[in-house]
Amino acid sequence: MGALLAELPALPLHEAGKYVAGAYIVVFALVLVYVAIMAVRLSRIERELGELLAQEHSAASMGHEASDPESTPA
Amino acid sequence: MYGKGLRALSISTVAVMAIALGLVFFYAPLEAEQGFLQKIFYVHVPLAIIALCGFVAGGIMAIQHLRTRDSRWDMRSYVAIHMSLIFAVATLITGSIWAKGSWGHWWVWSEPTLASFLIVFLLYGTYQPLRFSIEDPERQARYASVFAVTAGAFVPMNFIAVRLSTAYLHPRVLGSTSNLPPRMAVTFLVSLLGMALLYTTLCKYELTAKHTRAQLRALRRRAETRSGAEDASGAYARRPRSAAPSVAAPTIAAHTAGRPGV
Repeated sequence: MGALLAELPALPLHEAGKYVAGAYIVVFALVLVYVAIMAVRLSRIERELGELLAQEHSAASMGHEASDPESTPA
Repeated sequence: MYGKGLRALSISTVAVMAIALGLVFFYAPLEAEQGFLQKIFYVHVPLAIIALCGFVAGGIMAIQHLRTRDSRWDMRSYVAIHMSLIFAVATLITGSIWAKGSWGHWWVWSEPTLASFLIVFLLYGTYQPLRFSIEDPERQARYASVFAVTAGAFVPMNFIAVRLSTAYLHPRVLGSTSNLPPRMAVTFLVSLLGMALLYTTLCKYELTAKHTRAQLRALRRRAETRSGAEDASGAYARRPRSAAPSVAAPTIAAHTAGRPGV
């Protein structure tokens, strides 16, 4: 790593480097925030879908019991 | 529907962005006057170009919506403008940082490119409140499309007006890529491609999320209708007030259309 850094062109991090780093970090942070928002949305969709599936499952099992009373144990 | 090809698009976006970053810091030469500070150019200018193109694309999609009355075009236009606004925020911030490093000021009001970009940004900043102020989804979509077309036409006009202005403090980029040394030009073009891919990918994610949510809502409505959970006023069917367009869920609608009793 040290050898790689030594081979890199001279990066004037003490002068312009902070501005360049700032600009790139801003863009990266914006994308990161957006991805985080998307993750929250996705988890909400997943939760709602889970609720719907559970609802469907219970409705289906109730319907099955109602249509076939002999299959249930006495 | 919108999720098709999303994985390949995401991978290519990450790959091109990584290549662009590599080129920016290890391939492109240092500029003679600004030195290392000029590296901001490779993120700031592509962001600005893509944001402005996105606004114009939003206008074109709005024309399609007005022509066809298809709510999917309204959704596409909304997402394009929404994403362009995020890119415009990034453009303004990176531009300010560059201005501070280069000129010693965060903002220069006398510079026409900066002021005109801010005007475009503020113009589009009213898009969301406009949508939110109209409750009827049909009217909301129509008015938003008219706005998007008008503002979309304003963007290139504004761009031309600024280029015709006499002050040339801000560096000219578009149309003068040939003035760049070949290594800088290649880096710039790869950065532009990466930013375009990022924009397309994020738009596709947003569209997929909105479409999935619409389908989920339609499923929930179906389930509630079947279980008799609807109250006397039919309150479950009411859509909450939102700036986002309402989209039909064609898959579910088509799926249920042929079923008796649904």
